[in-house]
Amino acid sequence: MTDMAQQSEAISDLAPQEGSVVLSARGLSKTYGAGEAEVRALIDVDLDFESGELIVLLGRSGSGKSTLMNILGGLDSPTSGQVWFQGEDLTGVEEHAVTQYRRDHVSFVFQFYNLIASLTAAENVALVTEIARDPMRPQDALEMVGLGARADHFPAELSGGEQQRVAIARAIAKRPELLLCDEPTGALDSKTGVLVLQAIQRINRELGSTTVLITHNQSIAGMADRVFTMADGRLVDVVRNTQPVDPGAIAW
Amino acid sequence: MRVRGGRGLHLFGALDRKLLRDLWRLKGQVAAIAVVIGCGGAVLVMALSALNSLSLTAEAYYERYRFAQVFAENKRAPDRLLLAIRDIPGVQTAETRISSYGRIELDWVAEPITARFVSSPERRGGVLNRLAIRAGRAVAAGRSDEVVISEPFALARGLSVGDRLPILINGSRRTVRIVGVALSPEFVYAIAPGALIPDDTRFAVVWMDHEALASAYDLDGAFNSVTLSLAHGAVATDVIAALDTLLERYGGAGAIERKDQLSNWFLMNELDQLRALATVLPSIFLVAAAFLTNTVVARLIATEQREIGLMKAFGFSGWEVGLHYAKFALCVGGLGVLLGWLVGKELGQFQTMIYNTQFHFPFLEFRLSWFELTVSGAIGILTPVTGAVWAVRRAAALTPAAAMSPPTPQSFRKMGGAALAPIAARLDHATRILLRQAARAPVRSSITVTGVALSVAVLMLALQWPDAIQALARGHFHDTMRRDATVAFFEAKAVETRFDLGRLPGVMAVEPARSVPADLVGLTKDMRPRGIVHRGALDGVAPGRGMEAAIDADGWERPTPAAGVLLGRMLADKLGVSAGDSIRADIRTGVKPSVVLPVNGVFENNMGMRAFVNLGDLNRALEDPPVMEMAFLRLDPAERTAFYTALKETPAISVLSVKKHAETKFHETLGETVLIFVSFFVGFAAALGAGTVYNAARTTLSERSRELATLRVLGFTRWEISYILLGEIALLVLIALPLGYAAGLGLIWVMAKSFETELFRVPLVLEASTIGWTLVLTLAIAILIGAVVRRQLDHLDLIAVLKTRE
Repeated sequence: MTDMAQQSEAISDLAPQEGSVVLSARGLSKTYGAGEAEVRALIDVDLDFESGELIVLLGRSGSGKSTLMNILGGLDSPTSGQVWFQGEDLTGVEEHAVTQYRRDHVSFVFQFYNLIASLTAAENVALVTEIARDPMRPQDALEMVGLGARADHFPAELSGGEQQRVAIARAIAKRPELLLCDEPTGALDSKTGVLVLQAIQRINRELGSTTVLITHNQSIAGMADRVFTMADGRLVDVVRNTQPVDPGAIAW
Repeated sequence: MRVRGGRGLHLFGALDRKLLRDLWRLKGQVAAIAVVIGCGGAVLVMALSALNSLSLTAEAYYERYRFAQVFAENKRAPDRLLLAIRDIPGVQTAETRISSYGRIELDWVAEPITARFVSSPERRGGVLNRLAIRAGRAVAAGRSDEVVISEPFALARGLSVGDRLPILINGSRRTVRIVGVALSPEFVYAIAPGALIPDDTRFAVVWMDHEALASAYDLDGAFNSVTLSLAHGAVATDVIAALDTLLERYGGAGAIERKDQLSNWFLMNELDQLRALATVLPSIFLVAAAFLTNTVVARLIATEQREIGLMKAFGFSGWEVGLHYAKFALCVGGLGVLLGWLVGKELGQFQTMIYNTQFHFPFLEFRLSWFELTVSGAIGILTPVTGAVWAVRRAAALTPAAAMSPPTPQSFRKMGGAALAPIAARLDHATRILLRQAARAPVRSSITVTGVALSVAVLMLALQWPDAIQALARGHFHDTMRRDATVAFFEAKAVETRFDLGRLPGVMAVEPARSVPADLVGLTKDMRPRGIVHRGALDGVAPGRGMEAAIDADGWERPTPAAGVLLGRMLADKLGVSAGDSIRADIRTGVKPSVVLPVNGVFENNMGMRAFVNLGDLNRALEDPPVMEMAFLRLDPAERTAFYTALKETPAISVLSVKKHAETKFHETLGETVLIFVSFFVGFAAALGAGTVYNAARTTLSERSRELATLRVLGFTRWEISYILLGEIALLVLIALPLGYAAGLGLIWVMAKSFETELFRVPLVLEASTIGWTLVLTLAIAILIGAVVRRQLDHLDLIAVLKTRE
């Protein structure tokens, strides 16, 4: 990381930017519990994600990065603050509108693959393509993650890395504007993890989806266009990589 | 290494606290199983306590009031024959008496009331069939103007000691004074001749001084009824054979054992029905409960696999871990048992209340003994524990390492192979998921299907019951009894008497009839007896289509043949004959002829062992002139009162039975009882169905929450994921329905068979409405439970589910 060209930048505290910005947040806070049991998971976060960016959201366990991702992805709502997706305010809208947002624009990849055990790899992907507006063919999505030959296998017949790549194929099959990956390599060994990261990077490049990769693993930050660092619920640093590295060069 | 020394001293350890929290967390499922166990327990407690109360009461009553063991009726035998009867080996006590039918004519009751007149047993130091005097005293010796009347009649008609009672015996009228009100072990179930259900307002037993009855019936120095008690070890059939021989010359109609005595027969029959009830229905609920417990405990253990590993790593033994989960089943069973006791006690009390109206004991109290509580308690606790054994053993056998390693993803395979591929390709993914889920857990799917099918079966049984009773009543009162009333004479009358009857006001048609006691036996093709002898009667009726109709299996009315016999289905089945065979009838009255009768046809009937012959033939066989003993009447409804009044002036008639009254009483007695029991069983069936569906849905939800949350995250709506969860349940319910219908038919058949007696059998009736209502109720239960679980689905915590490892 030391030889990497980096450049810190200030976070804009202005209104959401027009143009290439896909997702913006202003003053996001999330508090759990009340009184003495109160936990402030997210404190006053502002951010802007640009179209086609690959962002690594870095932080230790408990820094608030997953909470942030859940709110950005429409899985959770903030205690205060606002989120805009392509200029549309996402906060305070009805449940079905959030479902529609997830259905049409966002995709998730989790640490635990969360595949449907009773569906084959291709069917797991098709699950999404059936409800998406502009999906790719399930087979193509699997090809993109290098699993074209394993399409007919059930999750139980796949290795952990393969299952995670099916999860990625499922996530990208609807060509999402926003791909949120929460510790996608957390359950994998280094070698398998690299394959997954390569798949994510390839998708980011080829589909142009804004990709957010959450990790506590500093080495992964090297592949990002920008690295957001969180600590104690706050966004403490944003660094732009002028020369992102190939995941193949990363090891941990 | 025992580092936990002293832990055993803690009565309520950490594991027990975990148990309590588990029970609370799974309270819905725990309650569902407890309710199912409770239903089974309730039926068991109800049936056993009623059985116990009734049989112990009867036993004590029979014992204390010396209920006789052999009964015989004859025309007229001299008193001195008593000595010979007492000398029959095996006879302990023998008492002769007079017993005959007569009438009571209350001013304020339009129609004559049928009464059975019996010699007061207290005469000459009699010990058998003693009266339980409820008010007043016994008839004083030699007082021909005193009577004791049966308590149910006294209560029904508001009569009491000191009242005067106008009676008609053997055609002569007199007024007597009621000196006592009593019950007798002989008339626990007191019904008029030909009736099925007691009608306390229209039937009485009257005990009178023996000499008074003797002179009234022209039986001075003679008797027409004898009752015996037997010495210990005596063989009843030997005594009966000897008694029959002695009474043969005196018009003996054949002695019977206590078990065939009418009142006792009805009582014992009720006990048999309770036994059937105590066996069949609780088994259904308990089997279902065992299965449900298995599902819940297996799921609990699957979700707590890591905790089990942890417990074992800390040093808990397999036995301790197993016991922890077994305790869960024990608690569920305990709750179910408590519920069963509470509901069963209520049901038992209700049942005893009903028995108090049907059976007359000096004392019949609901008794809930330790026996019922222990039996139902043991069964109720053992049931879920048995169900849990398999899962608990698995938990006990888990090694810590295996328990703590992540579970391998469930393996699935495509359904149906290549043949079904084109169909499978057309299914959407949600449908594919739910189909594969159902196929993936065949045991659990089968348990759900079984539980729902059993619920459907019990529902069908309950809903069908009123239809069956209705069909029984319709068949008997409308299809068969094509008359309004039956009258019987004190003695046989010339058939011309029918013209006299025809002249009574309101009488529109008269048909003569005669019923004679006979032993009937089926004959093989080469005319050898088949072995089974039915001690019953031959009914002589006018040939052709009459007021006692015989309808065959195809619905055609079979006219009484000019020659031969027409048999009811129940009798034909018992004798093992069908149309074209022959039977032999050994008539037990008059000249006691034996006649061979070709079976002309078999008609369908559900009440009584009926054998119809041409009245003329019957009279000829008995070497009698053309006579009748009773008459069937059709009445003008507008002139009923006039008819009753005229009947009071017709002393030759002993018994009047009015169809309308019998039918009303039938519906009155059975209607309400059946309705209440049907409601209970519908409730029980609903609980079984709801419990099964709820458990299946909750278990599936617990297993599938991760996938369902994933689908929600992928953008599926709540309704779309509900479809996957509830679709699986709906699919299983749909599979269960036809199986339930088949099981229901089987259950109805089993219950009908176990309730079948020689007097009646419950017809197998299945109305379309029963099938329809069963469907509607089952679907309603499934939808209701689906809605409840669907609400829980709405509260699925997407993040928590996805962030945790499976």
